[in-house]
Amino acid sequence: MLPAIEISEVYKTYGKLPVLLDVNLEIRQGEFFALLGPNGAGKTTLISIIAGLTLATSGSIRVMGYDVVTQYQNARRNLGIVPQELVFDPFFTVREILQIQSGYYGIKQNSDWIDEILERLDLAQKADDNMRSLSGGMKRRVLVAQALVHKPPVIILDEPTAGVDVELRQTLWEFIKQLNCDGHTVVLTTHYLEEAETLCSRVAMLKQGQIIALDTTKNLINKISHGYAVQLRLQPDVLPSELKLLQITHGNGIVELHLESYQQLEVVLASLRTAGIQVQELRLQQPDLEDVFVSMMKNNATEVQ
Amino acid sequence: MTAFLTLFHKELLRFWKVSFQTVLAPMVSTLLYLLIFLQVLDAQREVYPGIPYTIFLIPGLVMMAVIQNAFANSSSSMIQSKISGNIVFILLSPLTYQQIFFAYVLASIARGLLVGLGVYIVTLIFFEIPLHLPLWALLFVMLGSAILGALGLIAGIWADKFDQLAAFQNFIILPLSFLSGVFYTIHALPAGWQYLSHLNPFFYMIDGFRYGFFGVSDISPYVSLLIVAICLFAISVYAIRLLKTGYKLRH
Repeated sequence: MLPAIEISEVYKTYGKLPVLLDVNLEIRQGEFFALLGPNGAGKTTLISIIAGLTLATSGSIRVMGYDVVTQYQNARRNLGIVPQELVFDPFFTVREILQIQSGYYGIKQNSDWIDEILERLDLAQKADDNMRSLSGGMKRRVLVAQALVHKPPVIILDEPTAGVDVELRQTLWEFIKQLNCDGHTVVLTTHYLEEAETLCSRVAMLKQGQIIALDTTKNLINKISHGYAVQLRLQPDVLPSELKLLQITHGNGIVELHLESYQQLEVVLASLRTAGIQVQELRLQQPDLEDVFVSMMKNNATEVQ
Repeated sequence: MTAFLTLFHKELLRFWKVSFQTVLAPMVSTLLYLLIFLQVLDAQREVYPGIPYTIFLIPGLVMMAVIQNAFANSSSSMIQSKISGNIVFILLSPLTYQQIFFAYVLASIARGLLVGLGVYIVTLIFFEIPLHLPLWALLFVMLGSAILGALGLIAGIWADKFDQLAAFQNFIILPLSFLSGVFYTIHALPAGWQYLSHLNPFFYMIDGFRYGFFGVSDISPYVSLLIVAICLFAISVYAIRLLKTGYKLRH
């Protein structure tokens, strides 16, 4: 099947400053994909090039098979972008903005879909308010709505939840998940790694303009994880000598042990029981995407699969 | 076509929603010019045979209002969109460069014509103004406002800040329109100044426009038409080129 987005050998420099270095990436149709990286890694530049807002120094990008420069009209029809900046047109109401945006994509009558988007994004009550009068969170919702008016097969959200309250985040992700289930490809950048971890099946990590990791979220976590950490509150607060080897820390009434696998937990509990030590509290910590992210950003070794 | 019509409609709405400021205010200031000039100058002096200064002045002022408002429309729309960032909605859309150009320029023509027509209608209440060749007048007012709409688009794309745009307006557009023969016939000027006036493209717009009213002009209307058409073509090609290369719009 045709890839949703195909990025080949993209370089971008501003003057002498390299921003993207030989980026190659293929995002499949129907994927929920995360583009992660620290500030200045080149995420927004890459998205801008896909969107046609920035021109690559070299290399090419295709959206649903259409080159974003030479076939820009078709490429843009297939693409919906939620920009990072909170931009709006102060002359119009929410509904007018969405009608205008539909018109740009050649859609004359779009009221049904506009009503549905307004409803799904909890904007219906604000539909006839001027953009100027909306709060930041509401403006963000309008940006999302604008990106969706033409039902694009590929949706890119550049930090859509930055500075957004919990309620909107949930509403937004529900809607985006539904769109993904309906077959839309979704690409997102975010600094909230737990969002990427719960939502995205695949992750690319960018660092200094290069992709340093590209894999499924699960594989990435497995790759860096070396077991689990378990925190225990014991009564009495002593550790049997055979478990001392596993100890990471011990203080403030909490013992932290390192486990290679879940099976090892049984061994720990058995030896505690034998020693007559009671477990009052137990917390198991699994590695998450944040650990992968931190480890990847620290580690300079480039590893791309 | 829907995409183009939408952008055109949006550009019309943009100024119409604030028409007090974009249509009524310039009409009032143009009529004030007329009032002041008629008080200060010898209103009955004939400029062309049978055409007193008052009547001579009116088409010039109408054209000046058209020129300035056509320029103001596209330039302010573009710079506002750039500075507030909402230009991305146009840049992200499948609108072609030509569609963007024509939508902005046609909206500028519309605003220029609206203000000009307003001024003209008000003056008709007080004066009897001949209109010998209405199609010529219409042709020149369309071409003139199109040129200024395209220039406004270029200025709006080029300017990064509002004061740069104001400089463009105050140091280029305003002198060119004031010195184009709005208030006088260039035959009244010394030879050197007459020659300089011929280098001013705005002169041909106003002279041609006046020809539509009086059937007489400082130079042949065909020459004016040719020069104005060439100017429009060159400026349009340049503006479309800027949109296509993404100058100051796409990085």
